[in-house]
Amino acid sequence: MELTSTWYLVLSAILFSLGATGLLVRRNPLIMFMCLELMLNAVNLTFVTFGNELNDLGGEISVFFVLVVAAAEVVVGLGIVVAIMRRRSEATADDLSVLRG
Amino acid sequence: MELVVFLIAGALSIIGALGLILFRNPMHSVLSLVLSLFAVAVLFLNQDAQFLAAVQVIVYAGAIVVLFLFVIMLLGVDQSEDLSVEPIAGQRPIALAIGAAILVLAVLFATSAPDGGVTGAMAVTAEKVDSITGTTRSATAALPDNQVDGRELDPNIDQLGRSLFTDYVFAFEVTALLLTIAVVGAVLLARKPKGELAPLPQPPTKAAAAPPSDETSELNEREDA
Repeated sequence: MELTSTWYLVLSAILFSLGATGLLVRRNPLIMFMCLELMLNAVNLTFVTFGNELNDLGGEISVFFVLVVAAAEVVVGLGIVVAIMRRRSEATADDLSVLRG
Repeated sequence: MELVVFLIAGALSIIGALGLILFRNPMHSVLSLVLSLFAVAVLFLNQDAQFLAAVQVIVYAGAIVVLFLFVIMLLGVDQSEDLSVEPIAGQRPIALAIGAAILVLAVLFATSAPDGGVTGAMAVTAEKVDSITGTTRSATAALPDNQVDGRELDPNIDQLGRSLFTDYVFAFEVTALLLTIAVVGAVLLARKPKGELAPLPQPPTKAAAAPPSDETSELNEREDA
């Protein structure tokens, strides 16, 4: 058998759907964040796969920027979680509904 | 050889993803996320993206996951989530259905088209792609002439650095701005405000989310039926 890029794409599809399922099922905001990271990683894998297949650096550059945006997102998201946890000890995704204006 | 590496790393990444979803303790979830991230880094290496593999380990496993661990340990939220109760009736079946639908659609896309769903021309044929995206020609033009078709001949990090600081320098600068905003926002959010904190209003769903136990079992029975 030969390793083609389809294998990578199928693997990242599996990872992405696992992350999406976890995001929908779990109620702990931290776990939901981690599932989001998993989905971003799956997309990064497709970027690298396509970049490799098309012999193009653009895929890897995209992954670089996705990494930066993911880091920024985690920083702000965890800041919000910390701010909420400080006022209420237990927190599920439902508690974040008070964020609405 | 590459196939063996792919199979092992792919299996590990799927195991890690499953652990992330299924472990009750958030700490265990974080650790299985690390497993998954490392496996994806190995897959990057398998595809000649050495710089990204290193960055994946440093940024994800080194920074982001440590941030998660800090928050989990600092706030003492390491109590296990009770996965046996289902607060919203029908949430899990619907979530599983949506996840399965995403999986089926993505796998269909990946396998239906020839060459893994790749629609565009090869980036080496620069003019075709360039008229649409405007990015690929410069990316390949940044390579020395003798290395256009053999990317393994020159170091991955060389090309990435050249490309990042010439063609994508504006996006790079905007990224710096984004990171600055994120830092300022995090400091603002985590700062201890002066005076007493006003109590948060209880969300209206709180009462509905915790019904008496007999009602919960009733709901569960309805789910089973």
